[in-house]
Amino acid sequence: MMLKSTLYDKLWNSHQVRETDEGASVLYIDRHLVHEVTSPQAFEGLRMAGRKPWRADSVLATPDHNVPTTDRSKGIEETVARIQVETLDSNCNEFGLTEYKMDDPRQGIVHVVGPESGATLPGMTVVCGDSHTSTHGALGALSFGIGTSEVEHVLATQCLIQKKSKNMLVEVNGRLRDGVSAKDMALAIIGKIGTAGGTGYAIEFGGEAVRALSIEGRMTLCNMTIEAGARAGMVAVDEKTIEYVRGRTYAPKGEQWEQAKVAWLELHSDDGAEFDRVVTIDGATIEPQVTWGTSPEMVLPVSGAVPRPEDEADGVKRGNIERALAYMGLEGGQAITTIKLNKVFIGSCTNSRIEDLRDAAAVINGRHVAASVNQALVVPGSGLVKRQAEAEGLDRIFIEAGFEWREPGCSMCLAMNADRLGDGEHCASTSNRNFEGRQGQGGRTHLVSPAMAAAAAIAGHFVDVTQEPKATKSEEV
Amino acid sequence: MDAFTTLNGLVVPIDRANVDTDAIIPKQFLKSVKRSGFGPNLFDEWRYLDVGEPDQDNSGRPVNSEFALNLPRFSGAQILIARDNFGCGSSREHAVWALHDYGIRVVIAPSFADIFYNNCFKNGVLPIALSADEVERIFKEIDANEGYQLQVDLAAQHVTLPSGEVILFEIDNFRKECLLQGLDEIGLSLQHADAVRDYEAKRKQEAPWLFAS
Repeated sequence: MMLKSTLYDKLWNSHQVRETDEGASVLYIDRHLVHEVTSPQAFEGLRMAGRKPWRADSVLATPDHNVPTTDRSKGIEETVARIQVETLDSNCNEFGLTEYKMDDPRQGIVHVVGPESGATLPGMTVVCGDSHTSTHGALGALSFGIGTSEVEHVLATQCLIQKKSKNMLVEVNGRLRDGVSAKDMALAIIGKIGTAGGTGYAIEFGGEAVRALSIEGRMTLCNMTIEAGARAGMVAVDEKTIEYVRGRTYAPKGEQWEQAKVAWLELHSDDGAEFDRVVTIDGATIEPQVTWGTSPEMVLPVSGAVPRPEDEADGVKRGNIERALAYMGLEGGQAITTIKLNKVFIGSCTNSRIEDLRDAAAVINGRHVAASVNQALVVPGSGLVKRQAEAEGLDRIFIEAGFEWREPGCSMCLAMNADRLGDGEHCASTSNRNFEGRQGQGGRTHLVSPAMAAAAAIAGHFVDVTQEPKATKSEEV
Repeated sequence: MDAFTTLNGLVVPIDRANVDTDAIIPKQFLKSVKRSGFGPNLFDEWRYLDVGEPDQDNSGRPVNSEFALNLPRFSGAQILIARDNFGCGSSREHAVWALHDYGIRVVIAPSFADIFYNNCFKNGVLPIALSADEVERIFKEIDANEGYQLQVDLAAQHVTLPSGEVILFEIDNFRKECLLQGLDEIGLSLQHADAVRDYEAKRKQEAPWLFAS
């Protein structure tokens, strides 16, 4: 009898060049995505050792972390940031690598650009010096983040020495309610298994609610896998995957397309394949989620109330809650809907794709950002997303509602550029990390979906977006 | 890469779970194109009372005198101990560079985030996972004993407490050997170059679209 394999097993096995004497694997890497922050030291290492990239055509680079999201015609004002972006440009020139430079209409967040350009394909191994590389697993690829030493390793050898992870299946059954998104699903999963729940595992997401997600929704879900501790997240290939990839710049064409399609439709776990751990969630019970603390696992449904430290018996956990409440400036027992926002950020590799922007725009419904919100940003994930949104008139909806419409980049997700929170400011953010200081020193991040962020911008505090009137739909009738 | 064999070092406690790499080295310091010089900004937001900037002289900055790294009794620590899921979040290897640059060569915690754990081995830093009970016990002993030191022996996989008691730790054999000998992993991988070329030739037949540029 044939051994039954998981999707992860199949992807792993098809990329294992050989096993080393120590029981690790030499794993072949098909696609290497590169950005300006985690690559300069890797290129410097190559130069020092007199090495060249093994396969220059496997690399696609774009600057995203440091780039300004305002007018770029004058370049980057901050010297160190400018040097880093220029260093990426010169490294790509020197080693003959494809780069979508800052002024290229295709530039954007590397995890938006990869799938959008077809540089990420089903069945590939994809790495990048960025933890959110898990995003690309949405296409049925094995993708994970690596450190700078491994960036150099892949450049020089096209391989990584890796130990295989264990298999975890997260199954979300049933249907999500209207207004509940892939982001809520991701946060609910992290709330259930914890930020270290996936450590040592590769996670496959399955179940009716996952299959019902669009490919962009699956990207949001896989993107947050690292926040559950797992380096890689993935979803099996189906017809939606094939349709998503069709016609993209780097997608195969003609006879190779037909051949690829056949191979890709095998990229699913076999019936009866065994997982080391299975987690099951009923999708219908997931409410819109809001993080209240300083770790993505500190998350609650919007109808919930911030925990009281005195209700926690475990001393270490109680300490974590107390410290998080102090940092976030919240009271134990406070309803989530009473948290007032100073800023709103719609963007990041988690939620800056066209469907995210459509979701957010649909909530606005002719209303205006609350006077108490001092800044509301929309930062599209790439130049192509921006152009598409503008073709659909979404930019007008945002601007008329009082949002700022920006150029693509990582922006306020990690505040390496000028977009950041002030000390003590609360932000409804569609990004992925609510760590202390992540969006600016002293800043207080609440992770939410695009629709929840837009609704919070208008109300000035969190509201349950599933209870909002959806006039855009009735107007169409 | 620096080799790691044995260490007898002072231990500094960071009594937190989920210490993320944003906390270990905040984003503004990632703009450097170098691997060195991150030590003065290790735990910058917890260590100082003002907002740090790259290329700043840190000697005159106001320090948070309650933070462990600033306590005189932990000055010169080479071992850091913390709670669960140390190094979670961003893949930034700068976090390990900052620890190493500061002088930390061993990190002990009940569990580590995968990417951080992996990055340690590329830089001569040894991450040691001990049980939550053992970690709790070491925290208590540090609290009670000024100048608390641990002995770490990688070859034997031993952590020796001041009492002489030995705790064994687990480590993957390949990583252990690389660290003991300070091996260049890229050089090691290039020994497989022929196998990689054979693999590529086979894949070009099976899946030619993976090689179209």
